[in-house]
Amino acid sequence: MKYIDEFREGRLARQIAANIMIEADSRRHYHFMEFCGGHTHAISRFGIVDLLPGNVHMIHGPGCPVCILPIGRVETAIQLTQIPKVILCSYGDLLRIPVRNGMSLIKAKAQGADVRMVYSCIDALKIAQDNPQHQVVFFAIGFETTTPPTAVAIQQARMLGLNNFSVFCNHVLTPSAISHILQSPEVREFGLVQLDGFVGPAHVSVVIGSRPYEYFAEEFQKSVVIAGFEPLDVMQAILMLIRQVNSGRAEVENEFTRAVMPDGNLKAQSLVAEVFELRRNFEWRGLGWVPYSALKIKSTYGDFDAERRFPIAECSIDDNKACECGAILRGVKQPRDCKIFGTVCTPENPIGSCMVSSEGACAAYYRYGRFRANNPMTAENSCQQSI
Amino acid sequence: MCLAVPARIEQLIGDNHAIVNLGGIRKEVSLALVENVVVDDYVIVHVGFALQKLDQEEAEQTLALFAEISKMDDL
Ligand code: SF4
Repeated sequence: MKYIDEFREGRLARQIAANIMIEADSRRHYHFMEFCGGHTHAISRFGIVDLLPGNVHMIHGPGCPVCILPIGRVETAIQLTQIPKVILCSYGDLLRIPVRNGMSLIKAKAQGADVRMVYSCIDALKIAQDNPQHQVVFFAIGFETTTPPTAVAIQQARMLGLNNFSVFCNHVLTPSAISHILQSPEVREFGLVQLDGFVGPAHVSVVIGSRPYEYFAEEFQKSVVIAGFEPLDVMQAILMLIRQVNSGRAEVENEFTRAVMPDGNLKAQSLVAEVFELRRNFEWRGLGWVPYSALKIKSTYGDFDAERRFPIAECSIDDNKACECGAILRGVKQPRDCKIFGTVCTPENPIGSCMVSSEGACAAYYRYGRFRANNPMTAENSCQQSI
Repeated sequence: MCLAVPARIEQLIGDNHAIVNLGGIRKEVSLALVENVVVDDYVIVHVGFALQKLDQEEAEQTLALFAEISKMDDL
């Protein structure tokens, strides 16, 4: 068992696709949102949409951490790099997010700012140890999966007595974003976005468990099936959602039992609770200001909070007018609805954040879906691709 | 950046770290977020941390589920 190839097998993919065909009721439509960018990526890369009947619709959700980061926060990060002796460490995807006037962290770096790409927050910690004369700031982003590692880094910095390491915290919370979508006028009042259920996040759920979703099932009567990131996981989850809808159930089910427990990873949760607390309000690209949807560093760890250490003002910048990322992140539009998709805006020259990260809907469409209309993939070849 | 991957633990090294094998590439990861990990366990690796141990029995059950054939009379 290697936990990868087994979950990509073409024969089983056709089997699940056949089950979906049999069980999806042709007299109705099904609308499911995959919250997570990882699922958006898998759906595009393995051509899963091609294996679904026309009445099963997948809507992309806002679960790509790079895509939902508002431009103002990137601008703040760029301003941090202008402070003398600051080294800004960041995950690679963030470097290319365009801010305004064509500026980005990578351009700031080209102009002399000390911006370093790291794979892990622990790398940022090492850079701080190696550069005692500099202030090292880690640009922390991500959902519940990247938050526990940041908590570990902050605790280690304290243990090591590092006074030149701090974190610019942009960690956000999945359940608040799902609530916000369910309460949005597009879903509630206008019916612009129809939602029968969610494909629940894979690795976020590894950390928070399956229980936090019970609220959505009960309160909003939506089905939730937590799914792994491999193509067969996603397809099986879609089949399980169809079964729930057919039998009028709205429950939380777990397809990813090999990694997700009902309570999640308690060790990770307690570390997060030790270091972080809720932020009263946080701006999301596409969703606007969402109350209690993000975390900040507790005052007991305030020495490691870049927002306390450096005089930085909060700033809010509007998206490029042509960019539809906001509507795409709310599930109202598709990448192809954007007039500059694939022409002006490409992965090489991204105008909006959805084209920057490979988990962004626009980047996934561009890479895997652009020519699909004239080159349909079959179950076999679409599910046997590998990295 | 959320694309975390399953990897096999090859070697436990000091300081709560381990070497994992990621499709042929050896990489050091932190075990600060997991407990009772031993060599040959598979873990989900994300931004340099093992996030969770994978459960082989559950994985086999899920694979068996994929192979089930819909019976129309169950509907
Ligand atoms: S194609 Fe580019 S500009 Fe258009 S919505 Fe996507 S990211 Fe924004």
